[in-house]
Amino acid sequence: MATSVQRTQELTMADVKGKVDPDWCPGCGDFGVLSAVQKALVELRIPTHNIVTISGIGCSSNFPGYMNTYGMHTLHGRALAVATGLKLANHELTVLVTGGDGDGFGIGGNHFVHSMRRNVDVLYIVMDNQIYGLTTGQTSPTSRIGMKTKSMPFGNIEAPVNPISLALAAGATFVARGFSGEQKHLTELIKQGIEHRGFSFLDVFSPCVTYNHDNTYQWYRPRLKKLEEDSGYHPSDWTSAMEKSLLWGDEIPIGKFFERTDVPTLHGAEPVLNEGPLVGLEPRVPSDVARSFIEELM
Amino acid sequence: MKQTFVIAIGGAAGQGVATPGDIFAKIFSRRGLNLNAYNAYQSIIRGGHTLLTIRTGAERVTNMGDRIDLLIPLNQDTMDRHLRLLNAGAACIYNQDTIKPGSPSSGVQLCPLPVSALVDITRNKVAQNTLAIGAGLHMMGIGFPALEEVLREQFKKKGDALVAENVGVARVGYDYSAAHFMAFPNPLPKTENRYAILSGNIAMAMGGAAAGVKFYCAYPMSPSTGVLHWMAAHARKAGIMVRQVEDEIGVINMVIGAAHAGVRAMCATSGGGFALMSEGIGMSAMIETPVVVINCQRAGPSTGVPTKTEQGDLWQLLGAAFGDYPRVIAAPLDIADCFKLIPEIFNIADRFQCPGLVLCDLLLSEGRLSVPPKDLDFSPSIDRGELITPNGMSTPSTTNGSYNRYKITDSGISPRAIPGVPGHIHTVATDEHMEDGVLISDEFTNPIKRRAMMEKRMRKVTAIEAAVPQPALLGPGKADVTLIGWGSTKGVIEESCEILNEQGISANQLQIRWLVPLHGQAIVDILRGSRHTIIVENNYSGQFARYLRSETSFVPDGHIRKYDGEPFMPHHIVEAVKEQLAGETKLSVPMHEITV
Repeated sequence: MATSVQRTQELTMADVKGKVDPDWCPGCGDFGVLSAVQKALVELRIPTHNIVTISGIGCSSNFPGYMNTYGMHTLHGRALAVATGLKLANHELTVLVTGGDGDGFGIGGNHFVHSMRRNVDVLYIVMDNQIYGLTTGQTSPTSRIGMKTKSMPFGNIEAPVNPISLALAAGATFVARGFSGEQKHLTELIKQGIEHRGFSFLDVFSPCVTYNHDNTYQWYRPRLKKLEEDSGYHPSDWTSAMEKSLLWGDEIPIGKFFERTDVPTLHGAEPVLNEGPLVGLEPRVPSDVARSFIEELM
Repeated sequence: MKQTFVIAIGGAAGQGVATPGDIFAKIFSRRGLNLNAYNAYQSIIRGGHTLLTIRTGAERVTNMGDRIDLLIPLNQDTMDRHLRLLNAGAACIYNQDTIKPGSPSSGVQLCPLPVSALVDITRNKVAQNTLAIGAGLHMMGIGFPALEEVLREQFKKKGDALVAENVGVARVGYDYSAAHFMAFPNPLPKTENRYAILSGNIAMAMGGAAAGVKFYCAYPMSPSTGVLHWMAAHARKAGIMVRQVEDEIGVINMVIGAAHAGVRAMCATSGGGFALMSEGIGMSAMIETPVVVINCQRAGPSTGVPTKTEQGDLWQLLGAAFGDYPRVIAAPLDIADCFKLIPEIFNIADRFQCPGLVLCDLLLSEGRLSVPPKDLDFSPSIDRGELITPNGMSTPSTTNGSYNRYKITDSGISPRAIPGVPGHIHTVATDEHMEDGVLISDEFTNPIKRRAMMEKRMRKVTAIEAAVPQPALLGPGKADVTLIGWGSTKGVIEESCEILNEQGISANQLQIRWLVPLHGQAIVDILRGSRHTIIVENNYSGQFARYLRSETSFVPDGHIRKYDGEPFMPHHIVEAVKEQLAGETKLSVPMHEITV
């Protein structure tokens, strides 16, 4: 994903683990996502000081604290905006953005759509549990119709967003879905998402064992079908990706829905960065340029 | 009295008020004259009414002044609204084919131009404007070549034919004026000085470039959009990443992201956009990532009056975001100061790792002023504070985990490593955190550590106060009246004091530039020696007066306030001071005579 990703000699799981252990509920799907991200980084051998993990707020947004990379635990819904500014200021960093469905599709929905159309070169992992966990169980933008929660005790009457179709429509150049209970498959998707140049969106089913009793591991397992096992499926075809994204019910596809590599990244399209990352630029305006700025006004 | 000359050009938006304004401004500037331009306009792209006032003179001019010497109405509406403001000695040039004059005060010269008899108006739609410029120029005692030079530049892209035509029309106006109108008794002076003419928005954008800003982003909002326009147009030459963002929430968060990566990052907005940024400003304070945010105030609340000025956002900035945290707030005093303040506030924000807030207003943002080029210094001091970069590490730490981003220090300042530096990996958090960045808000809440971190951050306040200069009294040490203002009212209060002093009422001025830190004790010490104190501000409730009282218990003798959307003119203040010294009132709210 970065312009020229540096590789380190060797990386172990101990190198990428943060100094505190997650405080998620036992059995939370987010453990599986954390472990898959760490495995992917070990396999990709990216120096940890060149990685920044950025999150919003929510259960899953405590993620950066559990990683041994540079991290930012920002505001609810704002991780993508912060990540965009950071990536544009130093595009040599590998940027991972993590959060939940409320953070990304609810309060952060605006930034989600615009980050995709801009093709900001980050991997955005949403730990999608179809519920608000940290606020103790309210309806989320991905909660199904009829789901009963503390905020909608008589059942949700609002249609959920479809994150995959939304991402495809908004112009994301890498769109995938994983499952926290499918480690190898998920790790592979994370690796691909990091290596993809442009906006990589990875929606991960990450069951909430405390507040969501509808979308459990047991509920998912028989339904999930890997796109990679369908020999007739080509993730380069946007229309088939859109069709597949609409499948829900007895069969729910996971895997890489779509990828295209012919769209310039936001930082790649900006000539100001031709000389290298902004952080490395001389802060002062050259004196002849400064003089020309003043002369324009005379 | 200052020897100045004021020209006012009015018409509907889209009728070409700006072009004659630019032409006169260039001619004045090239004569080595100072100028101040203020455009009173409405939120409409075509139609409505706009009045551009340009005041010029050999001395420094700081505000629009009190009188109009030459009025050029481009339509009947302007004539109807403004002819009554002209006093003896003034003149009005107008197209007699389309505009009927009212009855002017005695001594006002009406200068009708028989436009269709002088030029072929079917060929040139703005012929009346060009004729009027020529006619006006002769009355000011300026030779025609000055106008010819500017017209050539103005129209050169459109080809020689158009240049020749406009120069020809202007010449006809010039000659007609020589034959039929009485010139002003004092021709405009000429000096060897040279000035740059710029708006406050351009000044703040250029100040940002001079400060080393590498990232600027914005969502368009009047009256701050001019900063975005300058930044966008000059981004590639200046090496600045400029982005237009989906909303102001995105803006502040992108700015923080860029600043966190290690560059100087800035944004500008107006009150409504600033309200959306509030939570982000709290993040900047909590994670201790410095940013500079400009708020160009317009009349509020809510959408308010988008094209009108006010100093109504002081408490919004004082209260921006929840919780206690160190911040600095400064209000530029004039357009040149808009430039100078930006590098200064960046140095403070960087050193103390806190948000720097600039409280500008429409009057400065969109007004234009002549500034000596030497005041636009592109080599100001740049102090990034205690910043650890990949190239700038004093002692590289090799063991992960030994670096404490929020190390508790006596100054409250913790050396800041940017992402990409080996051996300094850490996570910053908007949750309360320990020295190493680990949260103490969820599983590990801890009152002792929370208190230690609050005190660490707040310790910076003392050092910030020492780093920012105290305000000083302007004018005579002892005076009958002391006028207290803040930010953009500096020029108009200064001129009011001059007029009062000429009229035998001794007056001095205390103008506040740094609102936080306020230096309350220094202010009280200054005001203790004042016989009569009056706070002058462009808002309804006396926001600064209330703030000063809350910080110092100081209560002034009187207030002069204005909240009609228009800036103060010197006579508003002078007359208000007189009525207050006579004991007639303690609160004056001057009526604005010019209705736009």
